[in-house]
Amino acid sequence: MDSHALDLALTRITHQILERNRDFSKFGIVGMQTRGVYLAQRITSKINELEKVNLISGTLDVTLYRDDYRNAFKQPKVQITDIPFDINEMNLVLVDDVLYTGRTVRAALDALMDFGRPKSIQLAVLIDRGNRELPIRADYVGKKITTLRNQVVSLKVSEIDGEDSLWLMELEEGD
Amino acid sequence: MGLQIQHLLGLENVSKEDISLILDTADSFYEILQREIKVVPTLRGKTVVNLFYENSTRTRISFELAEKRLSAAALNFSASTSSVKKGESLRDTIRNIEAMKIDMVVVRHSSAGVPWFLTQCTDAVIVNAGDGLHEHPTQALLDMMTIRRKMRKLQGLKVAIIGDIFHSRVARSNAWGMTTMGMDVVLCGPPTLLPQHTESFGVPVTDNLNEALEGADVIMLLRMQLERQASGTFPSIREYRDRYGLDLEKLSLIKKDAIIMHPGPINRGIELASDVADSSRSVILEQVTCGVAIRMAVLYLLGGGENA
Repeated sequence: MDSHALDLALTRITHQILERNRDFSKFGIVGMQTRGVYLAQRITSKINELEKVNLISGTLDVTLYRDDYRNAFKQPKVQITDIPFDINEMNLVLVDDVLYTGRTVRAALDALMDFGRPKSIQLAVLIDRGNRELPIRADYVGKKITTLRNQVVSLKVSEIDGEDSLWLMELEEGD
Repeated sequence: MGLQIQHLLGLENVSKEDISLILDTADSFYEILQREIKVVPTLRGKTVVNLFYENSTRTRISFELAEKRLSAAALNFSASTSSVKKGESLRDTIRNIEAMKIDMVVVRHSSAGVPWFLTQCTDAVIVNAGDGLHEHPTQALLDMMTIRRKMRKLQGLKVAIIGDIFHSRVARSNAWGMTTMGMDVVLCGPPTLLPQHTESFGVPVTDNLNEALEGADVIMLLRMQLERQASGTFPSIREYRDRYGLDLEKLSLIKKDAIIMHPGPINRGIELASDVADSSRSVILEQVTCGVAIRMAVLYLLGGGENA
């Protein structure tokens, strides 16, 4: 997937989001740290352009809500959470880059509930790589791919990685 | 990712990377303190004991709040109401508490080195909340966090720490931590309240207040420990106030954008005039808020993993 394909996928997701959400006074987009934040910003600017509105996307870090803190020996860095609007009674779209086990999304749902009670939460992901461990599914999917558990799917975005690209890597035995 | 240190015993010999990681993490926790629901589930199932052998309001409440906001079970122990009165040794106390399956111990004690000693007799993670005349690392970390939030940087800032340097574990932790972060620290106080061997701090020490205030970006007043007056280290409170206390008149000597800090509790009208303590340049209450965020960050970074 290159920059053009990524943009096409985000454009399609944007149109699908717009089909379902028409009331922008009660609508918000939240991107998940790290890459989801940039995808959320891109979707938001597409919506702003198409609908002549002025939405600002929020940023959510779910590190503190993860279920693997007890086993992790080194702690992942806690990043910034910044949701610049009141989420009560809002229809929210949560944006992440890769949907895999579903555990990050579970943590995100818990985190969002601590900010209030949204009317609904929809999930948009660029890549759905399968292998779910929890009953979670996405409402908007850029691309579905079949992967094995020993593979790593990693997205790069130009904002922080210098380029838009999608990587599928095999983990070495014993890694 | 993660800290190099396993316990927080002091800031001497703690790396710049570790201090930066704690400060960055605390900035994220600061945001949680602004939320309506100020609790995250991260330390659920962990038990933290606050072992306080010395009086404290701010530090104990701050640690307890940090523990509760991370969903840890917090247990308070104060020496005055415990079996310490019956003559139980420190080692026996900690081993008994450990037998009840705890994960972390926050300790304050009047003897230097007690936190280190505890690492020798328990597997729990130890956090120093002040040990004798040695260190008070979380205070120095919250001071640096407050400065960084106000000044947007630490590197190159000049900090004057003024008061009873000899008896101050806050000055010690700050001198080490701030030097590591590339700040210029100067310690200032009456000659009788300055330590004898100041080389180990690696920072200049002076009894001349004007010299210390000149060019300072941060002015930190220490609490005049009035109970020390009996030891004859300073002649009178009035003389101390006149020579080293910060009032509006001396305030005019310092940089316009310099900030004023104090670890509390303040002796109003002695080391710090009341109108200066409440002025817009004072960040004393901001320090208290940062304190909770710093302690959450320390507990979070040290408290994870099955071996903790």
